[in-house]
Amino acid sequence: MQNLGINVIFQGRNLQRLFEGLLITMEISFISIVIATFLGVLIGLSRTTKYKPLLLINRLYLEFFRIIPTLVWLFIFYFGVTTALNVDLSGLSVAIIVFSLWGAAEMGDIVRGALQSLPKHQTESGMALGLSHWQLYLYVLIPQAVRRTLPGTINLATRMIKTTSLVVLIGVIDVVKIGQQIIESSRFEFPTASFWVYGFIFVLYFIVCYPLSVLSNKLEMKWNN
Amino acid sequence: MMKTKSEITLLKINDIHKEFDNKEILTGVSFELHRGEVLVILGPSGCGKSTLLRCINGLEKIQSGDIIFDETSLIQDNTNWPVIREKIGMVFQNYDLFPHMTVIDNILLGPLKVQKRDKKEALEQAEDLLARVGLLDRKDAFPRQLSGGQKQRIAIVRALCMNPEIILFDEVTASLDPEVVREVLDVILGLAKQGMTMVIVTHEMGFARSVADRIIFMDEGNICEIAEPDVFFTNPQTERAQHFLNIFQY
Amino acid sequence: MNIDWDFIIRSLSLYADAIWITLHLAFWGILISLAIGLVGSAILYFKVKGLSKVVKVYVEISRNTPLLIQIFFLYFGFPKLGITLSASACAIIGLSFLGGSYMCEAFRSGIESVSKSQIESGLSIGLSNTQLARYVVIPQAFSVSLPSLGANCIFLLKETSILGAISILDVMNVTKDLIGMYYKTFESLLMLVVVYIIMLLPLSILLTWLEKRVRYAEFGN
Repeated sequence: MQNLGINVIFQGRNLQRLFEGLLITMEISFISIVIATFLGVLIGLSRTTKYKPLLLINRLYLEFFRIIPTLVWLFIFYFGVTTALNVDLSGLSVAIIVFSLWGAAEMGDIVRGALQSLPKHQTESGMALGLSHWQLYLYVLIPQAVRRTLPGTINLATRMIKTTSLVVLIGVIDVVKIGQQIIESSRFEFPTASFWVYGFIFVLYFIVCYPLSVLSNKLEMKWNN
Repeated sequence: MMKTKSEITLLKINDIHKEFDNKEILTGVSFELHRGEVLVILGPSGCGKSTLLRCINGLEKIQSGDIIFDETSLIQDNTNWPVIREKIGMVFQNYDLFPHMTVIDNILLGPLKVQKRDKKEALEQAEDLLARVGLLDRKDAFPRQLSGGQKQRIAIVRALCMNPEIILFDEVTASLDPEVVREVLDVILGLAKQGMTMVIVTHEMGFARSVADRIIFMDEGNICEIAEPDVFFTNPQTERAQHFLNIFQY
Repeated sequence: MNIDWDFIIRSLSLYADAIWITLHLAFWGILISLAIGLVGSAILYFKVKGLSKVVKVYVEISRNTPLLIQIFFLYFGFPKLGITLSASACAIIGLSFLGGSYMCEAFRSGIESVSKSQIESGLSIGLSNTQLARYVVIPQAFSVSLPSLGANCIFLLKETSILGAISILDVMNVTKDLIGMYYKTFESLLMLVVVYIIMLLPLSILLTWLEKRVRYAEFGN
């Protein structure tokens, strides 16, 4: 029996399962973003140091994560680190580790950029008004630095969410994997399932990422004026 | 200054109104410009003088009224602005030379690409004009290598090389360091002596007094007074003009 | 740590073939992306009615969805519409679809960086809109766009790493196969990393050099 293709999404528990898969995707993204932000701020602050070896390590760390594609890192950890350290890591754990490390590297750069872009005269005006070192940071510099990191951070978050689609390739049961399972099991009833399911997942990602992109644009415009 | 002015009307501004963001910037401005005449427009900030200039060469659109140049109305739908702008040149406050071209290329862009003139002839004129403002030796320099005053003089040469009938000057010395203001104003004075028709917006009172044939004083989007410079500066008729001139006395 | 150099040498030809395939697909993806970007940004610049909206919608859609889903959709979904595309075609279409919007943004930001007063300056010497674009806007926009364009090229080359998911014999698949068949995990991963560095580092250096040259020619610094 040939059914109208799009209905495959609404069959049985399919919709529910897809959303559960989406939840996994969001979990990976969210946890990674939080860890990445935390580490990233530390890394970013450490970039202002004058200690050369630390700067070098930081630089290498960033460059390595930039030159080597994220999927390769997922492979390295999933196949390589597990064998080398004789640990058994699930695809999920590997995903979170890799995304956190990658995110932290990028965040570090964003934070550094924000700190460097603060106008020097802010510090001078603050000191001229008699603010103490800590007050200067708390009331003047940090709020401004946070502002400047926000668009980049949101942009990074969007990229990370999109990249989590790759975890299906190391066996994680995310929304893409569930989609594939649905397609496979609906082969006879819904031969056109792959079109509708992937189409649906496509739309899901858009619904998640687009608001973030709009938010980032709004913030940038608001604070550039 | 004494010189015989022609009676040929080059430009007629008829009751133009312009609004922007629901605010009226020009509220019925009218005047005439004769060939060889130098009009200086004075007025407080926000009175609409720059906007008026920008309406004349089509950078801003007017809502009502007419601009008649060489007997043709400029506000028709099919007005060929590039052609008009060859005849009505403009020099801006921020000079805006093209940073990716040398001085000579900046000057020759219009003559060669727009007017399609012979390269040798255009180059001769360009070099002659550069020599007259004392910058011939800088013809192969890039704008970034020049001072503000030099760039502004080159901007004037660039406008002149198009052989315009009228040149509009929009506060061309406002961005310059005081020491170099004089060298630019001297160039404009020279042009006036040669009979170039000009409309100048400026804050330089002494300059206005010596270069103008007539002073147009504007306030709040309209013309308050038109008078010869000696009359205007010694005996302004309207209260607003008097108030304005007082601002410059300490 | 024992590295099986013999194994590495024997797998070199496999990797060489895979590199060729990757570069080939990336090249076409980048080229078509640039073309799409140019056309898209021109449409936005001249504010072409209707098409401008299409371009804006296209950019939002392609930037907010993962490449993997885009190519899955093309490779697995389209055949159901009766359109069967080869894996290579899907790869190039996918890369171009994604890349096109990034290039469009890069060109657009370059164009917008040319100040209004530059444009008015050009208009005042009688330049028409096309002359304005050709002599004033494009030369200045180009040197501003170049860093972003370069970054996009590198980005697209990196994105080719996912093409293995649609059975393209790229370096990722070669690595996976080698690990699966010979269990030479370390050597395979080492080669994988080296291969990507070999592909990306020269490109990165070339682009930095190009940026410096263009910026000097345009602005002297």
